[in-house]
Amino acid sequence: MTEPLLSVEDLSIAFPSEAGPVRVVDGISFSVGREVVALVGESGSGKSMTGRAIMGLLPRRAEVRAKRLAFDGHELTTLAPSSWNRLRGSGLGLILQDPKYSLNPAHKVGRQVEEALLLHTKLSAAERRERALDMLDKVGLPDPQRVYTSYPAALSGGMGQRVMIAAMLINRPKLLIADEPTSALDRGLQDQILTLLRSLTEELGMGLLLISHDLQQVSRYADRVMVMRHGKIEEQMASADLANARSDYTRALWAARPSAATYGTRLPVYGGEA
Amino acid sequence: MNALSVSDLSVTFQAGRKGFTAVRGVSFEVASGETFGLIGPSGCGKTTALRAVAGLNTRWQGSITVFDEALQPGQKITGALRSNIQMVFQDPYSSLHPRHRVSRILGEPLALRGVRNVEDEVRIALDQVGLPATAAGRYPHQLSGGQRQRVAIARALLLKPKLLLLDEPTSALDVSVQAEILNLLNDLKASHGMTFVLVSHDPGVVAHMCDRAVLMEAGRIESELDRAALSQGGWVEQLAVR
Amino acid sequence: MSAIVQAPSGGPSFLRRMLRSPSAATGGAVVLFILALALLAPLIAPYDPNLQETANRLMPPDAAHWFGTDGFGRDILSRIIYGARPTLLLVLVVVLLMAPLGILVGILSGFFGGITERVLMRITDIVMSFPRLLLAFAFVAIMGPGLINGALALALTSWPAYARQARVETAALRRSDYLAAAEMVGIRGVRLLWGHILPLVLPSAIIRLALDLSGIILAAAGLGFLGLGVRPPTAEWGSMVSEGTQVIFDQWWVAAVPGVAILITSFAFNLLADGLRDILDPRHD
Repeated sequence: MTEPLLSVEDLSIAFPSEAGPVRVVDGISFSVGREVVALVGESGSGKSMTGRAIMGLLPRRAEVRAKRLAFDGHELTTLAPSSWNRLRGSGLGLILQDPKYSLNPAHKVGRQVEEALLLHTKLSAAERRERALDMLDKVGLPDPQRVYTSYPAALSGGMGQRVMIAAMLINRPKLLIADEPTSALDRGLQDQILTLLRSLTEELGMGLLLISHDLQQVSRYADRVMVMRHGKIEEQMASADLANARSDYTRALWAARPSAATYGTRLPVYGGEA
Repeated sequence: MNALSVSDLSVTFQAGRKGFTAVRGVSFEVASGETFGLIGPSGCGKTTALRAVAGLNTRWQGSITVFDEALQPGQKITGALRSNIQMVFQDPYSSLHPRHRVSRILGEPLALRGVRNVEDEVRIALDQVGLPATAAGRYPHQLSGGQRQRVAIARALLLKPKLLLLDEPTSALDVSVQAEILNLLNDLKASHGMTFVLVSHDPGVVAHMCDRAVLMEAGRIESELDRAALSQGGWVEQLAVR
Repeated sequence: MSAIVQAPSGGPSFLRRMLRSPSAATGGAVVLFILALALLAPLIAPYDPNLQETANRLMPPDAAHWFGTDGFGRDILSRIIYGARPTLLLVLVVVLLMAPLGILVGILSGFFGGITERVLMRITDIVMSFPRLLLAFAFVAIMGPGLINGALALALTSWPAYARQARVETAALRRSDYLAAAEMVGIRGVRLLWGHILPLVLPSAIIRLALDLSGIILAAAGLGFLGLGVRPPTAEWGSMVSEGTQVIFDQWWVAAVPGVAILITSFAFNLLADGLRDILDPRHD
């Protein structure tokens, strides 16, 4: 396989608390190349923290330790803040759950989509605008011109998320981290957005780390799947092999989704954690 | 006797001079003991219709009859009918009062009806949904999402309703928690002999839970789906927003 | 099948959160101190505040009189200590009148909407459009000076802000699921307003109250300064400042000491409010 874009070795994240440090991520290791990798877990599994650690976006009081946390050859744990700023928006991209909270309601969409170009390239205003419109078209927005001049409040949830994707991909990052990118959207829209992410990843030759709580859903779009639980990686495998997962937890997570096939039966439940 | 009969239901929201008709001339029947689905993309009017049946919105036209008793438009639901129609809301955090302990959330409706040993009844209610008695002393923010939804279900069952309305009851929950809650709901439906009307945009949940469903779009009913149709899944694409 | 209840009971208690916020702790401590002064005045004041020693008029601070004496030879320290009483009393009366009235009007408007809201809000607007201090002075000038009249005047002109805030919050709560859920189990009317809406409207009202208090103290001092507060010879900080202005250039302490007392008290309430806001803000949970 090609040299991985992201290498994580023995990553641990702990938060101080009154009762001593709380380990939310406990010594995990994985790598992401030019492929789609899904990191799946339930609330409290540590998956979101992992994504943020890679982006350097954890609160200051978090203690991050890793034997190796390397992106594109840079060791992230020892990176200076100025280098971080260069990395984010040019090498690394992040898409969060709710575009409502990621887009600045006070600025027009076009300006926000171009922002990464403004910060990291020397393109002229006209060139930036052209790239922005091109990107908005690429993410499947029917009227890029109109969206470019709109404010975020005028966009629906699905449109907003597409805009976020455009803004994050405009500078051709090597790795995109998407943290529950579709949870706030209608079910039908979710598939459209995930399909879009997948096709863009292939087209741009990027790596995509897809963080989600829905195993069945992301497995359709990922090459590989990693299942996280209580801060550890329970199991990693190619998504095609999910049906033959070895861990009970993974099997339970897979089988827990309701569908027409489960009508009239009890859904399998793992251990009782609610 | 049908559990629920809705005939030519229309709901219009007035904002000054402009009006928005969320539900137009919707009619459907729900047989006693079944799980009936109101499904469709967001904005199709399914939640509005549900809330009209719940009595949360009294500004509607048409007719709504629950177990042969008619709801009166423009009037709040009272008496036995009020106890018979209950609802589980979508977001467990926003449907439990943040400053009330569980003991009060479950105890107040009972005390209001002159129930004697409220503490015991609360414990029974908690037990019914698989929560320990210690949950009574907690505030909602001290419970997990799944636990809060169990409290919400316990509250809905306090008045022993025959018709339970469910507004996306598991959309805010993790997949495995959702599985537990769906199992719980089905268990309670069987043991209490209830009829469910379920609103959901999740095709998996709908296919798992519903015996029959109607698919709504822009305030109208597009199609009726029986169990065979639900099993096939051809309707799933229609849940996506255009 | 029994699910495990994960979270242990409660986070840090309210008191502990208060102590952790430096502003709340400092402000609270000073307020408590001033409260203690007011309550224990007869025990700790070295002299009778109204005792006149004309031989010792306008003495600078010394061992016998820590803050000196005023134009009538009265010990300023004792007058400061006793002066805390009318100040706090006025604050209490204002709070007891202003907040409940405002909150009540606000909740009723926000909950019922329609005609009720329109009428109540118009009344609120009318009262709010009067310049507060001016109206208070006019009120007192007509009704006569005195602590209660002053408090009444301030309260009756200050409640609109509480009404508006409570209305907005209630109207937003109107659409919330927990109120809908309460209605579904038959909770209505006063029970709903008192037990469900009020607890949610109260925190921001308390914060506003704490912030307002510093202004009220200053307004009270203003009334006293103009001779519209308590009657002489009762010790009151505002009137003490007023008396002191006549001799401010040579015997600056006569005006400065009560002035600093007003400043410190006002500031303490401000700090307390700041800290309370951090604690009570629901977004902090």
